[in-house]
Amino acid sequence: MPIDPAVQSLQLLVDLPFREGYVRSIVSVSLYVSLIAVALSTLFSIPVAVVLGFNDFPGKGLVKAVINTGMGFPSVVVGLVVLFAVSNQGPLGSLNLLFTKQAMILSQFVLATPPITAISLAAITGVDEDVRDAARALGGTRLDAALVVLKEARYGIATAVLAGFGRAISEVGSVLIVGGNITGADGISKTRTLTTAIQLEARQGQYGTAMVLGGVLLALVLLINAIVVRFGDWGVQR
Amino acid sequence: MYPISVTRSTTTYFCVVAVDVSVTIQRRTLLTALGTGALGGFAGCSGLTGGGEGAAAVAGETLTLTTTTSTYDTGLLDAIHGEFEAMYGVTVDAVARGTGAALESARNGDADVVMVHARGLEDEFMRNGYGVNRRDLMFNDFVIVGPADDPAGIEGMRSATGALTAIADAGATFVSRGDNSGTHTKERNLWEAAGTDPGGDWYQETGTGMGGALNVADGQGAYTLSDRGTFISRRSDIGLAILVQGPIEDGPEILSNPYGIMAVNPGVHGNANYDLAMAYIGWITSPGAQNAISSYEMNGEQLFFPEAVSENPDFQQYVPDGWSSGTADA
Repeated sequence: MPIDPAVQSLQLLVDLPFREGYVRSIVSVSLYVSLIAVALSTLFSIPVAVVLGFNDFPGKGLVKAVINTGMGFPSVVVGLVVLFAVSNQGPLGSLNLLFTKQAMILSQFVLATPPITAISLAAITGVDEDVRDAARALGGTRLDAALVVLKEARYGIATAVLAGFGRAISEVGSVLIVGGNITGADGISKTRTLTTAIQLEARQGQYGTAMVLGGVLLALVLLINAIVVRFGDWGVQR
Repeated sequence: MYPISVTRSTTTYFCVVAVDVSVTIQRRTLLTALGTGALGGFAGCSGLTGGGEGAAAVAGETLTLTTTTSTYDTGLLDAIHGEFEAMYGVTVDAVARGTGAALESARNGDADVVMVHARGLEDEFMRNGYGVNRRDLMFNDFVIVGPADDPAGIEGMRSATGALTAIADAGATFVSRGDNSGTHTKERNLWEAAGTDPGGDWYQETGTGMGGALNVADGQGAYTLSDRGTFISRRSDIGLAILVQGPIEDGPEILSNPYGIMAVNPGVHGNANYDLAMAYIGWITSPGAQNAISSYEMNGEQLFFPEAVSENPDFQQYVPDGWSSGTADA
């Protein structure tokens, strides 16, 4: 994304609120971090939800209670925990993850996993027992039955993924702590997301520009929701 | 204090890297050159051959600078860092926190260099062995701002502590940063000097940045302590006025706001990028960068006054305040 020198010199004359490429770069950092975190969370959560949904074992209630509690983890606390983990003094300190997108992905993974697991589990549990029985009666293996149930539960699972995505892209507490809200001197974001950029503008008392970025974030979430919903409908029509 | 030969050879290496390998760095350099007119770096490259082998320790690396919100939010660092990044072929990650948080990150070994403005906290940081090679960097000052109708009648006072005492006596609303920042530290020192323990309905801690605190004060017609730079940058949007001036405008010396810079001690945190930290300190205390600091303006006003270059260096800048080789804690 090269910066047009003409645009740059124009900005010396006109007091534009943001530098060229700035908003685009924070949007892309936001999407990069949150999409990867949610993808990883989904890969982790759905097998967990399937195992929990298909099996009874001692302590299952406790596991569900922990997951449900996780939905309420304050993001700033998650940020602190991840900070302690990736800080130079922490167990992952040698990986030099602090103030990187990887650390942000890690904290958003922790934040997004509980809602995705819990809502997927509810969706899977909500599928009629008859569907499961029919799959087994028709000679399906346990895996076949699981796939049939997952297919029936896809709307609920899509909701789960959206909830996880919403949690990830809208949280500010943890990415601010572990990401550091960094842009380069050229105004291109390294670890600044839409939410931390909003926080920065608010900190400076620039409420107007903060609102503009808030509008961008809202539009982005709406867009992602529309895509996922369309994706679900498309699956049905087929 | 930083050998010129190292500067030259790392620059040489960077030019070679930029041309041959690293598209990313090359683009960054190009952008910076366009943005700041720092074409000298390119001009220097053309006549150089690859004579810098073995001196390439810093090119391509990242310097993590934790700093205070006032240096970052005023736009100063973004304005001057391009030149350093181009000169060494490195990236500066500036993490803006309150002074307390900036020092804490460095204490944990998560930063390479710190730029803050609370001498007491800096001294403690040095005494505990975390920081080395401190330099005085620049200064501006604090001002006491408040509503134009000035209910506590402090306008034009020559004493900052007298003004705070008047505010406390009048029970006029005062907004405190309340975040262990450099400004908050200064404010607490002022209350202590005034012999007043602030508290009660009129004293409000916001826990927001300086810009946010100014907005809160503006919304309530309250007084607050602000660094001059942030106040200048926000003045056109709020209804507060400077009621007690700092030393830049002949106010009391107690309102001075000096910024210092220190490298994280590699003897304590072996992973700290000490080479690059010292290159940065060498650069930012050099006449060129100090000029860039003094020519940085917002709304036509100079925000920071460099003080690193002096015919008569103040030896106290290198050591904790009051330290001498004869004292027991040496």
